[in-house]
Amino acid sequence: MTVKLTNQKAWFLVAPVVVLVAFNAVIPLMTVVNYSVQESFGNNIFFWEGVKWFEEVLHSERFAASLMRQIFFTSVILLIEIPFGVAIALSMPRKGPWVSVCLVLMALPLLIPWNVVGAMWNIFSLPDIGLLGKALNSLGIGYDYTQEPISAWFTVILMDVWHWTSLVVLLAFAGLSSIPEAYYHAAKIDGASPWAIVRYIELPKMKRVLIIAFLLRFMDSFMIYTEPFVLTGGGPGNATTFLSIDLVKVALGQFDLGPAGAISLIYFLIILLTCWLFYTLTMKDEAQ
Amino acid sequence: MTLEFKQVEKRAGAETHIYPTDLKLEDGGFNILLGTTLSGKTTMLHLMAGLDRPTSGQVWFNGKNVTGAPVQKRNVSMVHQQFINYPNFNVFENIASPLRIQRTPAAEINKRVASVAELLNLAPLLKRSPHELSGGQQQRTALARALVKDADLVLLDEPLANLDFKLREELRDELPKLFENRGCTVVYATSEPNEALLLGGHTATLHEGQVTQFGRTEEIYRRPKDLRSAQVFADPPMNTAPVAKRGDTFVLNETVNWPTMERQRTLSDSAYTVGIRPHHITPVAGRGHAVPVEGEVLITEFSGSESVIHFRIGERTWVSQSQGIHPFEIGSRAQFFIDAANCIYFGPDNELVSA
Repeated sequence: MTVKLTNQKAWFLVAPVVVLVAFNAVIPLMTVVNYSVQESFGNNIFFWEGVKWFEEVLHSERFAASLMRQIFFTSVILLIEIPFGVAIALSMPRKGPWVSVCLVLMALPLLIPWNVVGAMWNIFSLPDIGLLGKALNSLGIGYDYTQEPISAWFTVILMDVWHWTSLVVLLAFAGLSSIPEAYYHAAKIDGASPWAIVRYIELPKMKRVLIIAFLLRFMDSFMIYTEPFVLTGGGPGNATTFLSIDLVKVALGQFDLGPAGAISLIYFLIILLTCWLFYTLTMKDEAQ
Repeated sequence: MTLEFKQVEKRAGAETHIYPTDLKLEDGGFNILLGTTLSGKTTMLHLMAGLDRPTSGQVWFNGKNVTGAPVQKRNVSMVHQQFINYPNFNVFENIASPLRIQRTPAAEINKRVASVAELLNLAPLLKRSPHELSGGQQQRTALARALVKDADLVLLDEPLANLDFKLREELRDELPKLFENRGCTVVYATSEPNEALLLGGHTATLHEGQVTQFGRTEEIYRRPKDLRSAQVFADPPMNTAPVAKRGDTFVLNETVNWPTMERQRTLSDSAYTVGIRPHHITPVAGRGHAVPVEGEVLITEFSGSESVIHFRIGERTWVSQSQGIHPFEIGSRAQFFIDAANCIYFGPDNELVSA
């Protein structure tokens, strides 16, 4: 005699999520996987190519160059935005009416659409009419982001710092606000210096939110597209062609769907692997 | 080691947190600040520590005026209700932290940390980090940090409130012993009257920012100076009701009255407020002067071997606390006995007239 002990009705409850995730993630991802292992022609004609596109991409100098630019860009903005954001959060008032004023001012750049940010900085930095460009040039600094790689890099980085440091500030501030006042009393009673309070109480207590801030900024900056596309279009030359800009050129400009699929997957794996490694390593001794 | 408040007052804006207070704490003794939440216990501790500056008045420590002197200069240590330790120091470094700031030599630090850790049963845990410890161990670490410093004044702000029942009992037994013979003045803030009784020493009852009484703990419990102090120092709350003294009897209502005790003979015939602790009203007549009253049972609470019964006589609710389980039906009429020998009486200004 067999008795069915498990109730199978619960599947109906998960079904909507399964359908949603399928359309939202699994099917698009599998389409990319399909492209990456085939040669695609018009009229839905495909030929199996195996790992050919992956080999081609991994040996391509163009891919290596845009990957290096991407890594350099992400490293620079993380090195600036995380410490800068923490410093701003530490110097913000913790109590009183100024808290909300500061928070609103900080949140402003985050509310501006990405393409608008790109357009704003494009005009702001123009060497002949833009406030920044004109000011720098009149100081005798040869600045022209449309012609000069260093100027372009400077502008792209400055734009990202302006746009996204606020996110780090808000997260760090949330972490700071959750520290019970008793910690500060205890430190005061011990006679700890202001720097010791930051180093041994505030930073360790902010650790978790800073990990989240780091991960968010890493992912977002590694996938950055709209702002540099509007600002420099990847130029001058290929100076600010980051991975995503390059990917769009390959996929939509040249219509090389095979290599584009391979780049997408490699790109995705790099982000996934880095986040996983970073999270595992930093949370290793947090295990409860 | 004496700590003295001279007319110390603390206001914040229009709000008064502590009304002008005179208080002189016992030489090297164990002192308890007893009061409900928001009665001003933490503010008092902050004023004692020097974390807050009084709005007016003076704080004297060991015969010196220390009003406004910063906390670092006062050799004070404090343990909070939350378990406060440096998150990324291990237990050893946490305990050693006040000594490191004082630039104590390493050999001395090792010796002192070891002896305090031994005292608080932390010796096997010295290498752990705070988040690997149980709540009780975290609070022991915080206590060790307060002890290692050899402070003149140790402030404990409800240190056991966040611990579970068993750990609380365990640590409560140890606490007075830990501070014995250290020559420091200890101030222990708590909201639980029973905790104050168990800890002994001296107690200051605090009500809405005012110290209503200060003295030996049992003395305050037995002879509260006024109704406020009696109410702060009672859990469950004390029963109070107006009574009239007529000759040799106290009259509660038409049917309930009881004879005066020897010590109350001299009181003049007039209106008083009687205070009766819940455990002096029982469903079973005790020895001595048991006065029967009848009331309607409202709530019954049983905890282990104890019954707490709320009942009503007329408009007034009474609480009885007794040994054993007395399962009364809710809404039924039941008889209780007031122990007339242990009633305390307050005069028209709520001052104690007879205990």
